[in-house]
Amino acid sequence: MDGTERLFERMVHEHQDRVFAFSLALTGNRHDAEEVAQDTFLRAYRALVTYAPDRIRELKQKAWLHRIALNVVRNRTRGVRPRLVELNGSEPDHAIGPEEGALLKMEMDALAVRVAGLPARYREAVVLRHVQELSYQEAADALGQPVGTVKANVHRGLKLLRGDNDDDSDD
Amino acid sequence: MTTLTTDLKLLGEVKAPAGFADRLLAHVGMTDSYARFDTVLGTVYVAWNRQGVSAAARSASAAEFEDWFRKDVGRQLWAADPPQDLAVKIEDELQGRHRMRFDLRGLTSFEQAVLRKTREIPRGEVRPYGWVAREIGRPAAVRAVGTALANNPIPYFIPCHRVVRMDGQIGNYGGGGPEAKRSILTMEGVRVKRLEELAREGKRYQGVKTTGIFCYPTCHTGRRALEKNIVWLHDEASARAAGFRPCKVCRPAAVA
Repeated sequence: MDGTERLFERMVHEHQDRVFAFSLALTGNRHDAEEVAQDTFLRAYRALVTYAPDRIRELKQKAWLHRIALNVVRNRTRGVRPRLVELNGSEPDHAIGPEEGALLKMEMDALAVRVAGLPARYREAVVLRHVQELSYQEAADALGQPVGTVKANVHRGLKLLRGDNDDDSDD
Repeated sequence: MTTLTTDLKLLGEVKAPAGFADRLLAHVGMTDSYARFDTVLGTVYVAWNRQGVSAAARSASAAEFEDWFRKDVGRQLWAADPPQDLAVKIEDELQGRHRMRFDLRGLTSFEQAVLRKTREIPRGEVRPYGWVAREIGRPAAVRAVGTALANNPIPYFIPCHRVVRMDGQIGNYGGGGPEAKRSILTMEGVRVKRLEELAREGKRYQGVKTTGIFCYPTCHTGRRALEKNIVWLHDEASARAAGFRPCKVCRPAAVA
């Protein structure tokens, strides 16, 4: 196994939960989230094998994967659905215990549905800032937007999530 | 306010589904996938990854194959739909046409050399363990060759069944014991009984008077010789003394 493959393997293990949680918050369901997360890593892999060693070394993996995942989700919702990879069925998630785990999972899934229901610009900002806990600067970098815009979108998004629809400027 | 942001933070702690990383790595070929194939040899489980075919076994069940693979090869393994052309490649390979690439990572360079050399033995022919040892430049390592072949992770496709003992016994076989070895060789057209008789009588090489060449008994170059022209030889020295030179195809002795 060469260096790129080892790096990719480490990247997958290190970031799989983060990317999956990100995808879940953006898509609102686990099936789509798994497709998005898988597609994100596949794109990352295809890119990595073409990168020069210097570029790989300087790569900010977290921010990079967030940008790729954002693009994957945007492309899906635009109807330009990329060819998605069929999985041989997901196994149930045994990561958390049965009783309270199931309850928490339901709550999280319900929250993901609400977040995914936000207009894209608010959703992306809220998820990067509060689900992924990036700084405003990092979120702005991932989105390619000014910090002020991100702050405003996070604010609006949270307001919408709280059911405060006063200044609902939909897109 | 705090509840919402706390909940959002919890949403960020959701874990990827079990097996996510492994399925992904299998998909890009970095870990192994496997499937079941029905072949001329019966049911064979075959594992593959980006490098090529990594293991094969005639296991009784998928679970048995997985257990064996994880223990023996030491990597994770996932059931998957095979690449389109793999079934055809498997049939071709078993019919003697070389189409497969193999992943021999994890084996020592000696083991890899043994297996590569073994792959050169044509269908329908056999060679002694000592031949493999000599051909890879380690003439004294006959026993080690036997061990390397016994641990062949890709039997049938890397034809360790074509390596036999010089004393007429067919020898051990990791792919299902001596009986399995015998039946696979028979299927490939080797006359196993005759071979064992010849070896027991010390008839190690077949010399052909008209050509002055001596071969291993199963070498395809000696097959058309007429019975009256065949001389059975016991060892290299007496063959050379009788004016024979070793065949350049099956190389029963070092070819000058």
